[in-house]
Amino acid sequence: MATKKSSKGKKDPKKNIKSRSKTNKQATISVEKKGSKEETHFVVKYIRNFFRRMINSIFAKKKNIKLGIYGPPNAGKTTLANRMCKDWLGERMGSVSKIPHETRNVQVKEQVTIKYDDKEMTFNIIDTPGIATKIDYEDFMHYKMKTAQAKERAKEATKGVIEAIKWLDDVDVCVVVLDSSINPYSQVNVTIIGNLAARKIPVLVVANKTDLRKSNIRRVENAFPQYDVVGISAHKGKNMEEFYESLFRLI
Amino acid sequence: MLTIEFVPYSEIENLNSVGRIGKLLDIVKQNKIILMQGRLQPEEETLLISETMSQIKKDFRGVEICTIYPEEKNLQFFNKFKKEMVKALIGHRDGVTIIGPSSVVKEIRRNPNKVELFTLPGASSFTSRGSRKTSRKKSRSRNGKVKVTKRRR
Repeated sequence: MATKKSSKGKKDPKKNIKSRSKTNKQATISVEKKGSKEETHFVVKYIRNFFRRMINSIFAKKKNIKLGIYGPPNAGKTTLANRMCKDWLGERMGSVSKIPHETRNVQVKEQVTIKYDDKEMTFNIIDTPGIATKIDYEDFMHYKMKTAQAKERAKEATKGVIEAIKWLDDVDVCVVVLDSSINPYSQVNVTIIGNLAARKIPVLVVANKTDLRKSNIRRVENAFPQYDVVGISAHKGKNMEEFYESLFRLI
Repeated sequence: MLTIEFVPYSEIENLNSVGRIGKLLDIVKQNKIILMQGRLQPEEETLLISETMSQIKKDFRGVEICTIYPEEKNLQFFNKFKKEMVKALIGHRDGVTIIGPSSVVKEIRRNPNKVELFTLPGASSFTSRGSRKTSRKKSRSRNGKVKVTKRRR
């Protein structure tokens, strides 16, 4: 068995050379084939990247714009968000109430496509809780709320304010909703707009509740002269055309 | 008695944003109204709101804040440049910031160049912890039930 093995192991050197030369040829052919394969692979990769870049650039332009709705409590932020969603999606976004801090969590409605003239833009609408510097649970009790319920609401509202502030970094465009029937020179309004300006986020100031007798758009315009101010009534759907026009102009 | 504490800019100049806010909130929590020289940066204002919200408890319900500063509209290029240089060198010392606890200050009304500070009735009768003294009044209703109502002094 051992001799047989040894005879099997010893191969003819001539045959070996031939086989080596064959393998070398095959190697060179395979190298050439590999080279051409690499070239074709490179070309394919180049073309694929080119198309990917093109597609990316097209979709980057169509990327959803994050539209933040900010403002003090009870200014009508959710009413405006609801109006926009109703106009373009046919559905509401959140509940509305006369009691402040009804919205206590950030709500996001994705893929809201708004058309104005021949333009079309897709937004992710971010409805935020009202920003305030004080929250007293006893204030909620004036609305016939029980103590435990009022305390819970106040606790949730404080968390909501913190969450709203955190979202300031994530919006592309911002609509600041103010109640046009009350004094706009409040520090909360100044702080919100000042922060957006510091972050270089485009701002549209909305003077809401123009249907109220006490409404005064001029006062809001005087308070923020460097910003575009649109007077609307989100509740009644008044002047929404001008709002959409200003929004498109902003972007 | 209302206490107004003046905080010169030099006192907060060397503190970072967190330190500044911490210091201001510590004073406000002692039921004092702060009259601060200069103004906070927009980011510091939001930090103040966030910190206030996170610290709201039974005896601390938040703050009232107002800043007044000279209008810088229609400044000529040189004057604007001069102002920016001064700001860069000595900080935001322009203007005045008023911060008060909401248990004392009901509202700070600001018209462009005028500030009105409204305190709550009976703001002087505060306990050291900041909670308002209350009196309990017993009243007997027609059906004989005793109703206890808290009354603010």
